[in-house]
Amino acid sequence: MSSNQSALPVIIVLTPLLISFVLPVLGWWRRAAVFPTALAALAVSFGASLAAAHRVSTHGPIRYYMGGWEPPWGIELHIDGLSALMLLLIGFVTVMVGVYSKRSVLREIPSREVPFYSVYLLLVGGLAGLVSTADMFNLYVFLEIVSLTSYALVSIGGGPAVVSAFRYVILGTVGAAFYLLSVAYLYSVTGTLNMADLATILPALYDSNAVLVGFAFFVIGMSIKMALFPMHAWLPGAYSNAPSAVSALIAGTTTKVAAYVLIRVMFFVFEPSFSIEQIPVTALLAWMGAIAMVLGSVMAIAQTNLKRMLAYSSVAQIGYIVLGVGLANTAGFTGSVLHLVNHAVMKGGLFLVAGAIVYQTGTRDIRQFARLSVTMPWTAAAFTTFAFAMIGIPPTGGFFSKLYLILGAIDAGQWVFVFVIVLSSVLALTYLMNVIRYMYFATPASPAPPADLRKPEPGQPLPASMLVPMLVTAVGIVLLGLFNGEIVARFIDPVIPASLVR
Amino acid sequence: MADLADLIGQFNNVTYVVLMMIGFYAMTGKRNLVKKLVGMNIFQWSIILFVVSLSAKRDATIPIVLEGDGGGALPALEAAQYVNPLPQVLMLTAIVVGVAITGVALALLLRIYKRYGTLEEDQLLERIRLTG
Amino acid sequence: MKPGERDIIIRTVCRLLVPFVQLFGLYVIMHGHSSPGGGFQGGVIIASSFILLAMGDGYDEVKRRFSLGALTATTSAGVLLYAGLGVVCLMLGANYLDYAALPVSAARSVGMLLIEIAVGITVTAAIISIFHDLVTFE
Repeated sequence: MSSNQSALPVIIVLTPLLISFVLPVLGWWRRAAVFPTALAALAVSFGASLAAAHRVSTHGPIRYYMGGWEPPWGIELHIDGLSALMLLLIGFVTVMVGVYSKRSVLREIPSREVPFYSVYLLLVGGLAGLVSTADMFNLYVFLEIVSLTSYALVSIGGGPAVVSAFRYVILGTVGAAFYLLSVAYLYSVTGTLNMADLATILPALYDSNAVLVGFAFFVIGMSIKMALFPMHAWLPGAYSNAPSAVSALIAGTTTKVAAYVLIRVMFFVFEPSFSIEQIPVTALLAWMGAIAMVLGSVMAIAQTNLKRMLAYSSVAQIGYIVLGVGLANTAGFTGSVLHLVNHAVMKGGLFLVAGAIVYQTGTRDIRQFARLSVTMPWTAAAFTTFAFAMIGIPPTGGFFSKLYLILGAIDAGQWVFVFVIVLSSVLALTYLMNVIRYMYFATPASPAPPADLRKPEPGQPLPASMLVPMLVTAVGIVLLGLFNGEIVARFIDPVIPASLVR
Repeated sequence: MADLADLIGQFNNVTYVVLMMIGFYAMTGKRNLVKKLVGMNIFQWSIILFVVSLSAKRDATIPIVLEGDGGGALPALEAAQYVNPLPQVLMLTAIVVGVAITGVALALLLRIYKRYGTLEEDQLLERIRLTG
Repeated sequence: MKPGERDIIIRTVCRLLVPFVQLFGLYVIMHGHSSPGGGFQGGVIIASSFILLAMGDGYDEVKRRFSLGALTATTSAGVLLYAGLGVVCLMLGANYLDYAALPVSAARSVGMLLIEIAVGITVTAAIISIFHDLVTFE
């Protein structure tokens, strides 16, 4: 009991899970109480995440033993700097999308409000549990909770969304099954499932075939979940066909926690030297990341559907994160984690903007966006802020994470990657500036193709519940840039593995 | 020939790999969505089978201690006499997860059929292209 | 036999078997700690008794006894019982789901039994609702 400093991890994970199962009963009794209850649960969880992050940065990691069983026999919840940063990210994104979703859900999926919020809270609970746990099999359970709820949320839109969700089911389950297989191989030679315990037992076994095969399956499985090229086939359909709030939510969280799992196991359970020398996965990951960065951006340029463009852009940005992991030095690690946080906020914000545009105009075709800067000025300004962050213009957060990545590439002596990072930023400039050009400078000359959603009432401004989260997120990405030194010093520097080269 | 003896001695590995490849072929080679789902099921179940087979030991009995009065000290146990219960317990959870995934996928298939009227992949893509 | 009506042998046999299947399911739940079984397995067996009834008499019989609203409420009730037990342990000062803190004798055993019953309740309702989705195909 001496290591259990607080019950905060349980509050963060359990509140959304419990309230998620209260909501169906509450919805049958009084439907109007569902949204405030869901928002209250999200707020409680986010508040507890803030308290936990504060505690971690002042006192050190929080450890909580479930059921009173000490590790390595019991399941342990372990929140260190990296986990605390992820919890803050998850709390922020889910609260913002939660506020935003009220009107967006009413417009797009009116009859399925109660199951939507119930599954939403289950997703949030699963995400929080995934980043807090220190047990490999418990991580699989939470990973599947996150996956199943995101399949359901993507499919709730109807029509082509259901087919995209089915493809996501098949591919995502293969990825999770590979993760389970890797846990099985690791367990079969070490006899333990606790991450800290594995880290002490594994180094003696680095030559055994079971560990090598387990690690290979793990990397492939997580790459499918992260949508790393070439295993990204499910992502464009899922992101572009899902309802707007769902796109923002899963773009900001599910792929990011898969990248977090990759970082956690590659650098904290296995020694970094294993991934560099024993089985040169880092070189492979760096090249896959670089290819993803270029190909994703090129595919994004070709799209006229805004959400599909943002989806391919996500494929490219995941490449940045994986490149940082593949560089395997401190600057690369810092850049990777920082870009993970930045991209979640940027891409979530961009999907919020896309949803707002769909809400007001009913179309996703960027050729129809003419004069949007006049009819929806705040939305266009938010889009411009996020676009600047994606391209990497200071003082937004995107600049600093790319700077760390470039420094990491220079430290590793790989000038090719510096060139690829710059090239990808230029390509991002191309497709984002294309949209900004349509919004600010073009004239509505081309005949309108039929709008693909119901037309709203003309002349009504965007409701505040959708505008405020967008603007708060835009301010957030600028703050992430201004305070990035603080974030790195408080959360990332204390957890960098000691054996990672400078 | 030592390799063949190794392979037969580890026939649980061979079995699960064969099942996994059957599942993988069904997922990729078949065009009907239900057959793809069945392939995914076989894929998952093969992995669960493998992990349960990890718990077996030669001449071991079930991992239940029958003496003891619920509060007193138990005699010292020899771990080698009892089958390893941990992989079996973990795979119970994995089986539940598999059932949940199957349930979700079946519900999705019902909605696809209700909306598009077909479950063959090529006809489905055609109808999506037409109706958008 | 009228069109749509099932054969009397099938109906009678299914009806006769249902209570025995449910009793066996309860047995499997209760004895999960010392023989093969547990919450999930027993829950599936009890759910299969309802499916047997649906095969013999038609799904409307099951819907009469266990409507969709009741199914949703039962699923939630089982999960809330499980999580609530953990919260009770938290309130009593120990860690989450630390059954040793419960003020009964053989506390860990009683805690595990209650957890298994909660899991059985939830799994029964969940499997029947999956079956409901497959059968009521409007």
